[in-house]
Amino acid sequence: MALFTRTVRAPLEYSKSLWMRGWVTMVMLFLYIPLFVLMAFSFNDSKRNVVWRGFTTKYYGVAWENDQLWNAMMNSLTIAFFATIFSLVIGSMAAVMLWRFRFPLKSAVDGTMSLPIIVPEICLGVAFLVFFSTVGWPTGLGWPFNLGAIIIAHVTFCFPFVTMVVRARLATFNREQEEAAKDLGAGEWQAFRDVLIPHIKPALVSGALLAFTLSLDDFVITFFTSTPGTDTFPVLVYSLVKRGVTPDVNAASTILILFTVLLTAIALKLQGAKALASTHS
Amino acid sequence: MAEQDWKQQKRPFAAVATVPLFWTLIFFLIPMGFVWFYSFGRNVGLTEIDIVGTLDNYKRATEWLYLGIFLKSLAVAALVTLICLIVGFPVAMAITFASEKWRPWLLLGIMLPFWTNLLIRTYALMIVMGQQGYANSGLGALWNGASWLKTLVGLQPLSTWEPLPLLYNNFAVVVGLVYVHLPFMVLPLYSALDRLDKSLIEASLDLGAGHLKTLFKVVVPLAAPGIIAGVMITLIPALGAYLTPDLMGGTDSQMIANVIERQFKRANDWPFGAALSFLLIYVMFALIAMQGLRKKTGEVR
Repeated sequence: MALFTRTVRAPLEYSKSLWMRGWVTMVMLFLYIPLFVLMAFSFNDSKRNVVWRGFTTKYYGVAWENDQLWNAMMNSLTIAFFATIFSLVIGSMAAVMLWRFRFPLKSAVDGTMSLPIIVPEICLGVAFLVFFSTVGWPTGLGWPFNLGAIIIAHVTFCFPFVTMVVRARLATFNREQEEAAKDLGAGEWQAFRDVLIPHIKPALVSGALLAFTLSLDDFVITFFTSTPGTDTFPVLVYSLVKRGVTPDVNAASTILILFTVLLTAIALKLQGAKALASTHS
Repeated sequence: MAEQDWKQQKRPFAAVATVPLFWTLIFFLIPMGFVWFYSFGRNVGLTEIDIVGTLDNYKRATEWLYLGIFLKSLAVAALVTLICLIVGFPVAMAITFASEKWRPWLLLGIMLPFWTNLLIRTYALMIVMGQQGYANSGLGALWNGASWLKTLVGLQPLSTWEPLPLLYNNFAVVVGLVYVHLPFMVLPLYSALDRLDKSLIEASLDLGAGHLKTLFKVVVPLAAPGIIAGVMITLIPALGAYLTPDLMGGTDSQMIANVIERQFKRANDWPFGAALSFLLIYVMFALIAMQGLRKKTGEVR
């Protein structure tokens, strides 16, 4: 009961006050109860998600056998994988460009490159729908080339986030290190690879994680760029929520939530909670 | 450290600049440009669009019906932002002043939902808020408890509990948007409060100001950049929200994004949808410009 006993506190120990604790507890309950209910219902022995009818794990088996679910999951992961790699490369290039060089129209370029972060998802989604149908993007290609359009769309909104994170890290780079490397005979490329890249490595890791989650999470932009057969997991869940959800989707969602927890744990291990929080603001 | 002139370093510059510049041009500016051009077009036939330079689409977008939806979306987004600020500020304070042992866990608690799939979160909330969901049965239990307490003291019991229609209305949209965007608000608030010099708060308290007075006269002004960042980071996505009003709202709770989506899918009126998208983008720009202006006047003062 230590949570509710009142102790004498120093002026700044706000977190020890009762109402503050109550408030935080309520907020956490608000954030987590729905997720726990969802996970609990994945073990519910009923076709509908309303009343508890006893424990079962059979829906994990059903989810395992569900081809539609597998396809959507594989599509999501494939898209996220490629989008992360492209975003990482393009995003870091843009960061180095904006950090190192002075060139005409620089502030305009800088602003334009961060626009995809600000422009509402719906507008970006609509723009890709219009773009791909106007240029006549080929459809009906074999896997994974049919995912090309979605990957391109995801790279466009993910790479500015990578640029942001990498640029923040570059600001702490001491350029004398690079000069020293060059004085000692390193070429431009070698200095880049052996001095700059190791310095920005933490930012590359957090940028990659950010891009991966953003891509995996995206619904709106994918919804506008997906064609039959390229449904991602969020698009599938969306159509199921509209038509009625089967419990195996709860099972798949539970697995995805656990996967998210795992990813977050890895990110924490690599960076610490504080650094991770600062990448979001 | 001075930046280098690109002319003296042409090859390294080309190596890093070519791909990002081309990508931004081809896969961002050109698609947006298409939408911009279509917004001045007109439907001819089922799939063909003539770019005739008409302003009719914008005229139609400013008709009362659509202007009303715009204003309603702004109002909903503003309300959601306000609720997130009121709910999130104490949480950010609690994290800032938590003990070393607790702080990472509280941060993690806020960040995990942020990283969890948006669709899963929305769907999870829908399960809880459904007609027979736990939110309703919890309220029902409270109601019956209150009724029982009244009979205990000899009063008439309350009427029997009717499950509330919590889903598929405007209320659900606001709750859903708060649920989704709360972490967006807490994290920038926390990073602003964390940077704040705690001795200023101590000084204020020592000099006789109460906790509330200190909060509003010292903490809030000093954390203003973080508050503004949190407000923008919540307001902008909430204004363009598509998923939450679509899944959790009723027939009268559509927001501007839902109207845009309909023009591009069912209604098949791309020029009009394009005009609406660009109006939404202009509203965003106006909001950001207002923030920039505030920053500047702040610096002057």
